[in-house]
Amino acid sequence: MSTVAERAAARKRALIAEKAFDELDDRLGTSKWLRNAMDKIFPDHWSFMVGEIAMYSFLILVVTGIYLALFYSPSSAIVVYHGPYKPLDGQSMTQAYESTVNLSFSVRAGLVMRQAHHWAALIFLAAIVVHMCRVFFTGAFRKPRELNWTIGVTLLLIAMLEGFSGYSLPDDLLSGSGLRVVFSIIQSVPFVGVWLAFTLWGGPFPGSSAFFSRLFVIHEFLFPLLLAGLLGAHLAILWHQKHTDFPGPGKTERNIVGSRLWPQYAVKSGSLLMFIAAVIFGLGGFVQINPIWVYGPFSAARASAGTQPDWYVGWLDGALRLWPHWEFRSLGHEIANPFFPGILLPGIVFAVIYAWPAIDRRLFNDHEEHNLLDRPRDKPLRTAIGVAALFFFADLTLASATDLIGNGLNISFELLIEILQYGSFVAPIIAGFVAYHVCLLLQRTAAHPIQRPVGGIIVRDAKGAFHTLGYEHAHGGNGHGGNGHGGNGHDAGPAEADAEEGARSWPAGQHGAGASAGPGGG
Amino acid sequence: METLRPGPAEGERVAEPPAASFPRVVTGTHGPEEGAGLGTPWPDDVPPDQDDTWYPLKDDPYKARRMEYIIASLWAVTGGCGIGLMIAYWTGGQAQVEGALLAAAFGCLGAGLLLWAKFLLPGQGDIVGSRGEHHSSPEERAAVVASLSRGTDAMLSRRGFLVKKVLVPVGGIFGIAALWPIASLGPRYGRFLYHTAWYPGARLVDQFGKPVLASDVEVDGIMTVFPEGHTDTDIPANAMSPAVLINIGGDTIVERKLNEGFEVRYGGNGLVCFSKICTHAGCAVSLFNVLSMQLVCPCHQSTFDILEDCKPVFGPAPRPLPQLPLGVSPDGYLFARSDFVEPVGPGFWDRGGPA
Repeated sequence: MSTVAERAAARKRALIAEKAFDELDDRLGTSKWLRNAMDKIFPDHWSFMVGEIAMYSFLILVVTGIYLALFYSPSSAIVVYHGPYKPLDGQSMTQAYESTVNLSFSVRAGLVMRQAHHWAALIFLAAIVVHMCRVFFTGAFRKPRELNWTIGVTLLLIAMLEGFSGYSLPDDLLSGSGLRVVFSIIQSVPFVGVWLAFTLWGGPFPGSSAFFSRLFVIHEFLFPLLLAGLLGAHLAILWHQKHTDFPGPGKTERNIVGSRLWPQYAVKSGSLLMFIAAVIFGLGGFVQINPIWVYGPFSAARASAGTQPDWYVGWLDGALRLWPHWEFRSLGHEIANPFFPGILLPGIVFAVIYAWPAIDRRLFNDHEEHNLLDRPRDKPLRTAIGVAALFFFADLTLASATDLIGNGLNISFELLIEILQYGSFVAPIIAGFVAYHVCLLLQRTAAHPIQRPVGGIIVRDAKGAFHTLGYEHAHGGNGHGGNGHGGNGHDAGPAEADAEEGARSWPAGQHGAGASAGPGGG
Repeated sequence: METLRPGPAEGERVAEPPAASFPRVVTGTHGPEEGAGLGTPWPDDVPPDQDDTWYPLKDDPYKARRMEYIIASLWAVTGGCGIGLMIAYWTGGQAQVEGALLAAAFGCLGAGLLLWAKFLLPGQGDIVGSRGEHHSSPEERAAVVASLSRGTDAMLSRRGFLVKKVLVPVGGIFGIAALWPIASLGPRYGRFLYHTAWYPGARLVDQFGKPVLASDVEVDGIMTVFPEGHTDTDIPANAMSPAVLINIGGDTIVERKLNEGFEVRYGGNGLVCFSKICTHAGCAVSLFNVLSMQLVCPCHQSTFDILEDCKPVFGPAPRPLPQLPLGVSPDGYLFARSDFVEPVGPGFWDRGGPA
């Protein structure tokens, strides 16, 4: 196919590459590693892309954020606005607010960059959450990947704080109200709350003249550094442990099936980056977000209806609205109301999420290593708990927009809040129950992908050779636990119990399963 | 479901089952031996001898060439958008145009890359490799403990005198000393949260600093007021002071004992003044429902019944809004007879018993 000229060019390229790699190897000994890296195999499944979406949104956040930082001024000094946006002309405001308005209207490409930055943040958090759901429902957090789950949850936590700190930088009426609420939440912590709030803000609300510098340093330096570092660790561990994969024909606990990093995976992933950039900058150009000039500068004496945080903080704002008017007082001290929904609830939520791999181990008495994923239906209890949690968060998130939803539905916000208060209990229970039974039904209806006919299929290829497909599976299990109802006889339990003592983890499925029955047919 | 790769060369066949790949075909002879499953991992995840030069249009030069032209035209669009962006920037910039050009540029670049990878680049889909072994051997595990002990045993000899009796306490003291600068970050809060900028005799002024006459507010009207000289709420000392002045007309208010006699009567109308800072989370209680005579906080919908001394009747607010003791000067201006008599705004640990 190739012409003589092409072959000559390829030879020439190979010579150049050889020389370059030799020079590098002489100094760093990199060739072995580079070869392994380029040949590395990544499984293909659409759901594995979601984490990449988060990573690339972060990249775009860094790039657009650097641009914005060149114009933003983190100062609470009061100035009088005289600029192209006439409705604000003559108003006094902080320099933080003025510089944000200016970088939107007076800096070329500033508005696109700012809106793209904000959209990218929303997508970043959304991708993290969806990625986390994927990892949760498929059991990808199980041994040996618990550490990466922990790092991932920390990334989510920091990303939320990073998002909130960025949302607060412009010092507009909306974000100022958000800061006021967060100050009150921190102030509500028993013993140290007031001291903590005063320490962070440099004094009572709205804080000392250093406050916006602090927020800026946190948003521009501290959290991004942490995010970048943890993201690096997250990826390094993924690289080392190799990606999980769904069970399927030809897939075992010990092999990996997919595309090579170079060039297939790298180019495809690059195209994903480009698509994400296209979506984010498209939104940044066309869909207005956070028009701070409409809200006006912050004042402690004002607040407006429709005060909502960005979506990922919605569940906490909703919790503040749904938590009843309780606070506890005795002996001259009190635990103030916002402590319970603002500190205790997220504290419990994140504690449970952090502990989930350990909880899951006990719940399913499963201490083995897994490289093959569960299908959500195979672990109905875990799936039900996950679905219940999602409904709980959805209920709280809806509650963060009670006034807007009440207007839209023409019902009073009082009624809506009451519905959502009950909903925060009832919806998770019902949803979890339904999810559990849907899992069981799905188990009975659909054939499991690892169930294949006994003895395999014989095919004949174009050259006349015969291949026995499915042989490997018929011979032994692939160690995948699950589908107790399918009757294929190698649930994790018995197979691994059969494994010889001292056999460490995954050989169990491979060798031990020989003793268990072959596929019994569902 | 997927195309079978070109089969193995003749003569190389066939007795063993193809290793781990259903319905794939692995060429070469490096598959694991029969019966071994994939028990013996390859040294790393570089699978030897698989045909990974294959790609869908490899055997169809015509279609491959056509695909190259499609990709080229997509990337040409990206180039065109680049020129467009330069022009847009040079002529002053316009958000929608920039957004459209950026989206088209990135989108076409991405589409081209995707087609390139899918149809013209090898190494895709169904390469089978080993996960390898990322565990250390038992010997290595033992060795790491030995290495650690070499150090710790020596360090903790002599009953750990240096470590336990010196280093730990010294480190503790020095560590605590290193935390000291945190104290510089914020002031001691003292009694700050118990007071606002209101003082005895402070006239009520509007947001522009204009003193408020008792006749300035209509019946069932409300107005945000500040202590005279303290309208700038960007200063912490003033941020807790904003208050709402309400004309309740001929209605009477059911006052808590604490607030008895705080309202004034002027021309037959009752005038009351409440803190505007929500007792829940500190937002400005900015919404007024005149029909039910209620103040509503826009942040979390806490609702306060004005005629019941701003008792919270709905939502998360746990306490009534504090009331300001009002007075009317002989020339008709409203003034505060004192500061609020209880702490304003959200709760905190030391706020002190029930109000």
